[in-house]
Amino acid sequence: MDANIIIKLKNVNFYYGENRALTDITMNYRKNKVTALIGPSGCGKSTLLRLLNRMNDLIDGTRVEGEILYEDKNIYSPDLDPVEIRRKIGMVFQKPNPFPKTIYNNIAYGPKLNRVGSANLDELVEQSLKQAVLWDEVKDILNQSAMNLSGGQQQRLCIARALAMKPDILLMDEPTSALDPISTAKIEELVEELKKVYTIIIVTHNMQQAARISDETAFFYLGNLIEYNKTEKIFTKPDVKQTEDYITGRFG
Amino acid sequence: MRDSQANIMKWRYFQQSLFFALFRAAALIITLALGGIVIYIIINGISAISWEFITKPPTHSMTKGGIMPAILGTIYLTVGAISIGLPLGVASAIYLTEYAKQGRMIRLIRVGINCLAGVPSVVFGLFGLAFFVILFKFGSSILAGSLTLGFLILPTIIGASEEALKAVPQTFREASLALGVSKWQTIYRIVLPNAMPGILTGSILGIGRAAGETAPIMFTTAAFFTSKLPSSIFDEVMALPYHIYVLATAGTNIEETRPIQYGTVLVLVALVLGINMVAILVRAYMRRNKRW
Repeated sequence: MDANIIIKLKNVNFYYGENRALTDITMNYRKNKVTALIGPSGCGKSTLLRLLNRMNDLIDGTRVEGEILYEDKNIYSPDLDPVEIRRKIGMVFQKPNPFPKTIYNNIAYGPKLNRVGSANLDELVEQSLKQAVLWDEVKDILNQSAMNLSGGQQQRLCIARALAMKPDILLMDEPTSALDPISTAKIEELVEELKKVYTIIIVTHNMQQAARISDETAFFYLGNLIEYNKTEKIFTKPDVKQTEDYITGRFG
Repeated sequence: MRDSQANIMKWRYFQQSLFFALFRAAALIITLALGGIVIYIIINGISAISWEFITKPPTHSMTKGGIMPAILGTIYLTVGAISIGLPLGVASAIYLTEYAKQGRMIRLIRVGINCLAGVPSVVFGLFGLAFFVILFKFGSSILAGSLTLGFLILPTIIGASEEALKAVPQTFREASLALGVSKWQTIYRIVLPNAMPGILTGSILGIGRAAGETAPIMFTTAAFFTSKLPSSIFDEVMALPYHIYVLATAGTNIEETRPIQYGTVLVLVALVLGINMVAILVRAYMRRNKRW
């Protein structure tokens, strides 16, 4: 396996009951790159993202075919515990979803229960908040409820919470769709910074965002992977007409 | 044309004020009825209340003296019923909402629980008599009474707990699981604490029922008269609702003991209210951080 490749999908099909949501997806994700998944609503991009940390397990009546290899192991093999996988592959959701706990305890929650860096929890909290560029804003109110923060701050808190688990990969499901432009810009800057350490896979509805922050872009339509290439190529000279139509706003 | 428009508007406003008036009247009637009952009880019962009344056992064939053994008995039974009903009910609700695969089996169990809620309390009493008192040989005892009352309030607690668990946003579960936290830890650390206020609401309703029911304890625990206080959970006790029933129907001198009857009712109402207040305060404390 290419050392630069961190996740490999081989002929992945996914079903909600009888409905096929993803058809024969084969693709590789590169280490320390930002990969953007784009496409119209219902194209399967969020479903694909949630396959990578087995969050779709939570939905009754779903079925996966094919292989998703992470560190050369199929994450859907029965002897792999989804809980283990989620420790290595973190996730940030569409809407900020902090726990109704203090800022400190939001960050400390995962590491405490998983005994990650339990030697110095305070340090880990500080480090994670700094990574998410939130530290300066909250360092004096760590014991206040996270629910008091603004939407943008809450989303950065959720990123910090995911980072505190020291994952390899960060999955982001439209992380800025509920945020104002200033908060969005902050998150985008943050992604730029984070890719030095983490591999980031991000679902977005915002074409400019995909163009700005990603290294590679995959375009999905009706559960099929239509085109997957360097972002620059996708946004300047796409090979497929459908991709061009979508990114220029002719449909979608 | 314009006239008929105006008439339609007039008619609509009239309809609106009519229905609002009806809703107001309904609310007023229910408040008056409740207030009336409480005031009636206080007026008739207050004369019986004294330090002696709540600290001394009955004397002179229950026509004089106090009701202390019954107060104590009701407290024991209520605490016993909650300590049995709450853990069992919450555990069942967790299984039903968080673990069980939704399907025909679970629907059947839910129907069963709802039926249980509709079973008359005297049937619970007979069940307790046959099952706990006779089969398990607990005899007429605090244990048998608490178990019977615990089962009686189980459907209420399961129902309230299920609703409370379902009201916890799915995003909290997802956030926790996505951090590599196990399902049980997620339930224990995130879901349960956030569902606790709702679960307590169910318990409050349960407490009220457990303290006030007469039929379930009639065959399983309640003593007609005993001045001796229970020394173990295998002893029988007096209880307020049963004491009221006895004084009002089978006492030695029903007319003469009227004030005692109302006094006992007043004490029972105050006791239930007091236990509920504690639960309400705990709930308010837990809710202080709730904001979603």
